[in-house]
Amino acid sequence: MEYLDFELPIKELEEQLQKCQVIGKESEVDVSGTCSQIEKKLIDAKTKIYKDLTAWQRVQLSRHPDRPYTLDHIRAICGESFLELHGDRSFKDDKAMIGGLGKIGDQSFMFIGQQKGYNTKTRQYRNFGMANPEGYRKALRLMKSAEKFGIPVVTLIDTPGAYPGLEAEERGQGEAIARNIFEMTRLKVPIITVIVGEGASGGALGIGVGDVVLMLENTWYSVISPESCSSILWHSWEYKEQAAEALKLTSADMKKQKLIDEIIKEPLGGAHRDREKTFKSVSNAIVRHYDVLKNLSAKDLVNQRMEKYANMGVFKG
Amino acid sequence: MSWFKRKTKGITTTTEEKKDTPKGLWYKSPTGKIVDAEELEKNFYVSPEDGYHVRIGSHEYFEILFDDNNFKELDANLESKDPLKFVDTKKYPDRLKAAQEKTKLKDAVRAAVGKSKGKDLVIACMDFAFIGGSMGSVVGEKIARAADYSLKNNIPLLVISKSGGARMMEAALSLMQLAKTSVKLAQLAEAGIPYISLCTDPTTGGTTASFAMLGDINIAEPGALIGFAGPRIVRDTTGKELPEGFQTSEFLLEHGFLDFITPRKELKDKVNQYLDLILNQPLRA
Repeated sequence: MEYLDFELPIKELEEQLQKCQVIGKESEVDVSGTCSQIEKKLIDAKTKIYKDLTAWQRVQLSRHPDRPYTLDHIRAICGESFLELHGDRSFKDDKAMIGGLGKIGDQSFMFIGQQKGYNTKTRQYRNFGMANPEGYRKALRLMKSAEKFGIPVVTLIDTPGAYPGLEAEERGQGEAIARNIFEMTRLKVPIITVIVGEGASGGALGIGVGDVVLMLENTWYSVISPESCSSILWHSWEYKEQAAEALKLTSADMKKQKLIDEIIKEPLGGAHRDREKTFKSVSNAIVRHYDVLKNLSAKDLVNQRMEKYANMGVFKG
Repeated sequence: MSWFKRKTKGITTTTEEKKDTPKGLWYKSPTGKIVDAEELEKNFYVSPEDGYHVRIGSHEYFEILFDDNNFKELDANLESKDPLKFVDTKKYPDRLKAAQEKTKLKDAVRAAVGKSKGKDLVIACMDFAFIGGSMGSVVGEKIARAADYSLKNNIPLLVISKSGGARMMEAALSLMQLAKTSVKLAQLAEAGIPYISLCTDPTTGGTTASFAMLGDINIAEPGALIGFAGPRIVRDTTGKELPEGFQTSEFLLEHGFLDFITPRKELKDKVNQYLDLILNQPLRA
């Protein structure tokens, strides 16, 4: 398990506890008192540290290397039923954007999402979860296919942004994202969006125009990453923590702004501390919202979605 | 004895009395061509020698596109709020106030309806001078309402993009304007009302990832910078040198993202020619 900088007190206590337990086993000294004392300290430390996480700490948790990624969620939720589908039918198969069909209970869903890698090799293979235009076009192809057969769509978002590459620009990164947003506003099947990690800007919204948008507790969603925001507005990379605060990018902030519908609670310490529990929460939330959305006619569904997004914005006059 | 004798003393004007050349009398294009300001205006703010399209704002575009500069402005009183209490090196309300004072504009887009070559046209035009033409709630709302006006009155819509992208000081609210404007364009599309997107220098970020690339036709002025990620970010991310003309209008035309490029002088004719053709109406002279 990797620890983040602010989790170091927890790491220390967990190591102490382990040592204490070893001593208890290997010698005849009674350490149960000391152990329970450390255990108590550990619980206190965890409660204190995780209770009031700063915006930047949540950003760190959203990027935790042990955090479950999109395919982890899908495989856990759908089990053997998941069938991955590939390609945009015009250029290539983008490994940063995955998709496919799977079942939750008796119901089929079309799953789409950005995929990150778990080590150097797979991170490169997945392009760090930064999709190219063909990724967005693959996503749209799968959404249109789902629409054709009346299959609801679930999008799982985890991206530091759409890839800002030379070829991405040549192939129309802006157009690909714009097209997806446009088509998603009028897709005739339910769309459930879950932010499972990072939700950076157009790269996230390009698969994020959901009837309901849910955020796992320790994720972020905004117009720009705190680092880039710091670089542009403060002309330095040093202000990422202030930028994270200023952008109001946490799940709680986004809920308060009414830009998302629900926060999915994570286990204490983050999604990676109890993956099974996280998967279950995500699966339950998807099913619960689908059970409501499935009762709407296609027309009502689209009207409701359009109205939702048309009402976003704060201004005077 | 000298051949010439100075009758009066040399320069007698005191420094205080000296006159500056009035500002804005001359314009220097990036290639170094000097143009008389009045001549520049008559030439649609295009440098006559090198064809450089000077960055202009809604004021000038309305003048170019609406007959006799007659138009009715829509939702002129919408102004930005500071919902996030955003502070970076400055407070957002202070930035807004400074921008309003500098530009005499309320925000980064103006919308209007008027006649262009005798027929109604709704135009939403962005102003780069206002915080880099950035899109926050007001820009999204005004474009959405311009589209609503088009929809209600069955009038074609032209959006002129000139923007660095979404406005950071409204964070996720700005991002959602991509969805909001797209909703309205989808409604226009369902109703069969033409939407033209004109990309001008620069059109990047969130505008490119929404309405700027969603026209029934996407057109551009020559030499405009158009892209999703800005050239500096692309260079820094990839570590590659960018090819000549990368992300220019001409580059986008070549890669299939624009229908055509039109010099500003022909803009009014080209827009209306397309509208007459797509709506199967007699061509206006």
